[in-house]
Amino acid sequence: MSDHTKLDSEIIKFIDECREKEHADSYLIAVLHKIQGKYGYLSDVHMHEVAQRLQVPSSTVSGVATFYHFFRLQPKGKYHISLCLGTACFVKGADKILEAFRSELGIELGETTSDKLFSLECSRCLGVCALAPVVTINDQVYSKVSPTQAAELINKARFEEAA
Amino acid sequence: MGQALHYYDALKQFIEARRQQSGLAEKILIQVGSATCEKAAGSDLVMKEFQKLIRASGRDDILIKQTGCTGRCAREPIVGVFFPGQIPIKYERVTIDRVQTIFQEHILQGITVPEFVLDKKTDKRYDYVITVCSSEKCRHTKADPEKMIMDALVKEGVPDGTVRIFGGGCFGLCANDQAGKQQVMMVFPERVIYTFETDEQLEEIIHSHFSQKQIHSKYLTQADFITEQFFSMYGDVSFFNKQTRLTLRNSGLIDPESLVDYVMNKGYEGLAKVLEKDDPSWVIDEILKSGLRGRGGGGFPTGEKWKNAITYTNDPTKYVVCNADEGDPGAFMDRSALEGDPFIILEGMTIGAFAIGARRGFIYVRAEYPLAIERLEKAIAKARENNLLGENIMNSGFDFDIEIRLGAGAFVCGEETALMLSIEGKRGQPRLRPPYPTQSGLWGHPTVINNVETWANVPTIILYGAEWFSRIGTAKSKGTKVFALAGKVRNTGLVEVPMGTTLKEIIFDIGGGIPENRKLKAVQTGGPSGGCIPIDKLDTPVDYDELAKLGSIMGSGGMIVLDESDCMVQTAKFFLEFTQSESCGKCVPCREGTLRMLEILERIVSGNGQMDDITKLERLSRMIQKASLCGLGMTAPNPVMSALENFREEFIIHITEKRCPSHRCAQLIRYEIIEEKCTGCTLCARRCPATCITGRPRQVHFIDQKACIKCGECFNVCKFDAVFKI
Repeated sequence: MSDHTKLDSEIIKFIDECREKEHADSYLIAVLHKIQGKYGYLSDVHMHEVAQRLQVPSSTVSGVATFYHFFRLQPKGKYHISLCLGTACFVKGADKILEAFRSELGIELGETTSDKLFSLECSRCLGVCALAPVVTINDQVYSKVSPTQAAELINKARFEEAA
Repeated sequence: MGQALHYYDALKQFIEARRQQSGLAEKILIQVGSATCEKAAGSDLVMKEFQKLIRASGRDDILIKQTGCTGRCAREPIVGVFFPGQIPIKYERVTIDRVQTIFQEHILQGITVPEFVLDKKTDKRYDYVITVCSSEKCRHTKADPEKMIMDALVKEGVPDGTVRIFGGGCFGLCANDQAGKQQVMMVFPERVIYTFETDEQLEEIIHSHFSQKQIHSKYLTQADFITEQFFSMYGDVSFFNKQTRLTLRNSGLIDPESLVDYVMNKGYEGLAKVLEKDDPSWVIDEILKSGLRGRGGGGFPTGEKWKNAITYTNDPTKYVVCNADEGDPGAFMDRSALEGDPFIILEGMTIGAFAIGARRGFIYVRAEYPLAIERLEKAIAKARENNLLGENIMNSGFDFDIEIRLGAGAFVCGEETALMLSIEGKRGQPRLRPPYPTQSGLWGHPTVINNVETWANVPTIILYGAEWFSRIGTAKSKGTKVFALAGKVRNTGLVEVPMGTTLKEIIFDIGGGIPENRKLKAVQTGGPSGGCIPIDKLDTPVDYDELAKLGSIMGSGGMIVLDESDCMVQTAKFFLEFTQSESCGKCVPCREGTLRMLEILERIVSGNGQMDDITKLERLSRMIQKASLCGLGMTAPNPVMSALENFREEFIIHITEKRCPSHRCAQLIRYEIIEEKCTGCTLCARRCPATCITGRPRQVHFIDQKACIKCGECFNVCKFDAVFKI
């Protein structure tokens, strides 16, 4: 697969630009953001390449990638479900929505289903507390979600896939 | 006149000329909210629909623009319609269908659509609306200014039900020596401000204004009043009345991506003043005198921090940083501020940089806020184009530039030493202080870190003066504070109130109370570092020191309202789960201590708790508070400690009786179907996400307790009250 061999030329250009700047190594997080934006997650191969190009130890790159929750080390599912577990969503029953997704998909937070269709993740607060509880699937925001609706969303996606 | 003021005047003239040319003042303006929350509620579609209709109508006198959020989350998307010379009309929950109606009836025919008007249901339309300042200081005059005015109206014979009186927030109009002697009020729809001292003067004003229909010029205040723009647009809506909008004054009024709009609303006048004076020590003095304290939670005096950055060092390289890593779950003040008015942050940082002599600044913002990032990027680019950032700002010889750095979802990076490491591209693990960042910060150089709201206060203080700013608020907490009001409250949203406003006023007067006639139980402030304030302490004013006395903190401004259906043990556990998973792992007390506490809480909510668990929780809490390295650990036990202090009984019931009084702890409740009441309608079985309800149509249904995930959906949907919770 091509994305496992080499970084995109745009990202390489960005890294080269960063190297020209003062404190070049401080752009590591920015570079990782670009890679995740492009490929959806950070693969080992990509992280090694970043280490070489930015001239920072591989251990630092992997240390940073694993420290920050925003970075994913596994590819996303086709339907990436992000459930807000902020306080407002919690108070309005997000824990019950999580339970519904868990039982429907058979996966835990941070995991991807074996058919690579769904991945489940929690986000801390999307800042749309007035619409709690909030679920986003890919970029679509669903507000005031109920456990039944959660199960329906999954079934709808499955149905669309089967069709 | 020096270079900076000259530059500013030229900029303003240029903008004014362009505005005149465009004939903006004679056009009909439609304003659509466009923050993340508004977009989630569908404002993009609303915007597109209006644009389509405007094109189809072929009219060239209708303009549409986006604006930030007003903080009325529960009623979004909000659309404002401005006809030249008329009071602006605000519509709530605008859908595509409503767009059609609003456009056909209001825009094309000039007839307001009353049923969609913001807060129509709660705010009856009156002929007049009086907003009277009822802040702590004005209250010294009379115990109840609202009653005083009501009495005067009755005496004058003004018909009942024509005038509505609001006790409003502080206008910031009276000087210190006048405070307690005079009373200020604003009358709509004329939007005039009267100042009076005695009952006789009030009667004179009422007689003239309401009986003779003449504005009484003798008591008229011609003040340049900072929140006037905001009040003019929203002052007739009760949600906004008790608020004093200083930092959010442009949010919901201007197009956040428009430098023109910002400059038209006094933007960059403060910076011009500073560069013109060319005296950094004057700036620091003003900030010191204003009494501004850090809005990120700690409450450290901002002026003091700036002073430290120049007093103890002669390092020529310095930095300023804006902390926009708003990680507190349930808080969205910074997001709204950045999305609604990004230029005010840039201006504040530029003023701060000038004061301490920094040439580079960083905004550290959460990657989870894409719209805020986009708007900041655009604002920075526009500021650079117009010589408001970069080299030789406003031709004054001062160089300063700002760079955005993205966080990556680590709550601990809100802690300043961790934040700096993250900007340096490293793992964000805090270090011991001292040295403080003002001595040794980014790459070892002195660095001033303030949060978004603190920076947003700076241009206002410079513009209106420290003395003016220090009049608002309480003795030791000056100015205003923005809160993100959420949870079990009717008007969830963003509110900015003068310090000293009580929690009760925020929740009931602005927030509209608790929905579904439930009972208020507690208010949680300060997020995972704060605590729960029980109902009997709701008269506590919002003030750094008063909240600290109750074991909570001001925090960055999250305010979550809990009602009787919320379990305090669960809530404490929720926050602890958060801090536990966000603990960076560097120091043992925080990493291991919070985990042990969490295990104990899990025991309690699953019905396996023992009485000595409470003592253990308290002992661990004290240890973690004392021995942790950074603020995250030191404050992590606060939610548990305050819950134990105020709601101890609830913990004991969980432990001894193995039940949850709020029916919230899933392992301590179960749902059952009452055979006599079940009609076999199959609704619950169809809605059950775990498909654990069985039964044929028109026969009694059963819940398989082993498969039940306790989501409560069956309980919620049953129309015959046949499902009950134990």
